[in-house]
Amino acid sequence: MVVSEKIAARKQFWKRGEPWVWITGGAASLMLLLIFILIILIATKGLATFWPAPVTLVTMADGSRILGEKIETESDRKSKEPKIQFKIGNRDIYGLDFRWLEKSKIATESFPPDIMMVEREEYGNFYGYFSGLKLKNIEVAGEGATESRLRDALQATADQFRSLQIYREKIAEINARMQEIETAEKKAAYYDKDQSRPSGVQQEKALLQEEFNRSLDELTLQEARLTENTVVLTSIEGTEKEVALGHIVRVTWPNRMSSGEKTNYYFERLRELFFDNPRESNTEGGLYPAIFGTIMLVFLMTFSSFPLGVITGIYLREYAKDGPVVRIVRIAVNNLAGIPSIVYGIFGLGFFIYGIGSRFDSLVFPEYYPEPVFGTGGIMWASLTLGILTIPVVIVSVEESLGSIPKAVRESSLALGATQLQTLMKILLPMASPGIMTGFILAMARAAGEVAPLMITGVVKLAPTLPLDGSFPFLHLDRKFMHLGFHIYDISSQSPNVEAAKPMVYVTTLLLILIVLSMSGAAIYLRNRMKKSFTMSAI
Amino acid sequence: MSDGQLNVSSEDKNSPHIAVVEDWLIKAEALDLFYGAKQALYNIGFKIPRKEVTALIGPSGCGKSTFLRCINRMNDLIDTATITGSIMLRNTEIVDKSLDVIELRRKIGMVFQKPVPFPKTIYENVVYGMRVAGVKDRAILDATVESSLRGAALWEEVKDRLQESALGLSGGQHQRLCIARAIAIRPEVILMDEPCSALDPRSTAKIEELIHTLVEDYTIIIVTHNMQQASRVSDYTAFFYEGSVVEYDKTDAIFTNPKKKATEDYITGRFG
Repeated sequence: MVVSEKIAARKQFWKRGEPWVWITGGAASLMLLLIFILIILIATKGLATFWPAPVTLVTMADGSRILGEKIETESDRKSKEPKIQFKIGNRDIYGLDFRWLEKSKIATESFPPDIMMVEREEYGNFYGYFSGLKLKNIEVAGEGATESRLRDALQATADQFRSLQIYREKIAEINARMQEIETAEKKAAYYDKDQSRPSGVQQEKALLQEEFNRSLDELTLQEARLTENTVVLTSIEGTEKEVALGHIVRVTWPNRMSSGEKTNYYFERLRELFFDNPRESNTEGGLYPAIFGTIMLVFLMTFSSFPLGVITGIYLREYAKDGPVVRIVRIAVNNLAGIPSIVYGIFGLGFFIYGIGSRFDSLVFPEYYPEPVFGTGGIMWASLTLGILTIPVVIVSVEESLGSIPKAVRESSLALGATQLQTLMKILLPMASPGIMTGFILAMARAAGEVAPLMITGVVKLAPTLPLDGSFPFLHLDRKFMHLGFHIYDISSQSPNVEAAKPMVYVTTLLLILIVLSMSGAAIYLRNRMKKSFTMSAI
Repeated sequence: MSDGQLNVSSEDKNSPHIAVVEDWLIKAEALDLFYGAKQALYNIGFKIPRKEVTALIGPSGCGKSTFLRCINRMNDLIDTATITGSIMLRNTEIVDKSLDVIELRRKIGMVFQKPVPFPKTIYENVVYGMRVAGVKDRAILDATVESSLRGAALWEEVKDRLQESALGLSGGQHQRLCIARAIAIRPEVILMDEPCSALDPRSTAKIEELIHTLVEDYTIIIVTHNMQQASRVSDYTAFFYEGSVVEYDKTDAIFTNPKKKATEDYITGRFG
């Protein structure tokens, strides 16, 4: 009896599905855990990047001294001995930025307060001591090599650098005018076969050229003056290095910064990240053009993908008579969502760029031949490619949200004498809007994260200009652009100095995630507001 | 009826008992309806009196709802449905393909089994039919809202929150709102497809009371599964079975003195 009862109890256990609850719950928790680990890893690494780390002075057992930031500790794969990675900087002296030290051979570690970290425009950081100022054409108060003099001198240099902005603007202006003239000339050369150009233009061109040369000379001269003032730095081995003040980004004494100063430094770096251009082959500096490019790309994508997707979805659900053709179209649309994105990239390249773009060029811009305008990768083609990639998501969401509205709603509206169009516009679309928004959110998230199709439709490592700026016609859809996703790929695997780029990889990843999350967040907020006003479930 | 089948002879179907109605508004004649190859209505022919309540009763799947939906051409939504025969609204042929369906539906309102208020305000729900017809005059709309809600016995309950979402009302209020919505366009006929089957007894009683007042101005055709309801609210009753009208008579006559055995079996609960 007891045995059979046990068997019955066991059977009951399986029947009730207890293990099933555990399996499903376990799978869900595993997913949550993975996502959590991902977010934590990226957030901690990304957020910690800009916090100033102390600079360690390491004395080895053999007496040699090394100066650098401690990065990470790892045990050697072979000897199992722990070793520590230091960022020693001074690439112009050592050749390498990073060095592994065996922990057992380290005698002492200390943090001398007068160690200076100099962020330079070239060769990365310099760690060492400040030993002199050589000022040729700026005046600062005080005598000798004091830190306050250095600060003042750097400030003066920065001010001078800013004052040169007038020259740069002037040069840009002349450049734009020259380009205009050249375009006009090209047009004239193409359309006027007799080549009789008015000499006034030639004269203006010569004048402009002259002015251009003059401004450029002046700017070069002024910039050279900025680099005449130098600071003398001494590395830990005593090697002296002269660095022009104009090439210094920032000077800090990390070992004696108060937490307030550290916070200031952190926010200064964040500001640089959001609003400055990249430096040192993208491993340093800001991400402004990439952030701008990413948001603008997704924004442009919505213009092609959303209207077309919604209209197609409405036709398939509301007007098309159900039959084999509609069913095939539906299957095809669903399958489109599963095509690898690089295939869309190739389609964009072949159809948009080589097909439409180059034909458009020969029709509208024949004077530029053989230079392409739209016949090469650019933000418009990339966004259209992404549009095609995301259309299936939109179509499916529109179809499903229209299809999930009860038949009784349609009938109630029609029974009151409304036409099919009125029913659609006044009742069905508002009711379907939360579902359609969900589709938009998914499409936007997918578009923001895609990199592969962009690589062959117009993304670049470093774009000199933004696709939206102050020069006519303001929106330059033919321009190449930068993108955070591509930036991650570029600095993490294509950079000449992968180790130095690592922190930037985390920062960029974090930023990309934040942008996707905030765009989806905004859309989800909108969707919930719509849900409240348009659906039955709101009661 | 131990086998669950009603004993209706083919003779009953072919020669149904049909009451004589003089003052009719809707007249069906030789009406057949097919869904694809399957026939759903067989040779329906009877007259529906003006400003009276006519109940359509019968077991599930007998075709009473299908017939109701023929009257305002709701069956147009089903691609496979084909109709032959005739339904006249006074001297307008409803079955006629060239008829303006929108115009027809303005004359024949409908209340469904499951009340579905639109996700709009109470006010906008009531005036929806007028809005889609192009009425923009605020004064007319306001007046219609009040008269329709009063007509549906809902005015006192909602007059202070006309601009709130209709979705916040209770189930019984939803159905009365749907009735208000239907009468807002001043139809001649109101079709009711089991209007109380999703409601609690109190709400049902209210709707039935409402039907009694509405019939002073409107012709009402109501499909119901509830025999007591049919006997309470209707003046005439048609008994449908397997797509045919077996018996059609004054409600008193049907419930006290049915002419056909099948009708008697059904209304006394020996079947269904």
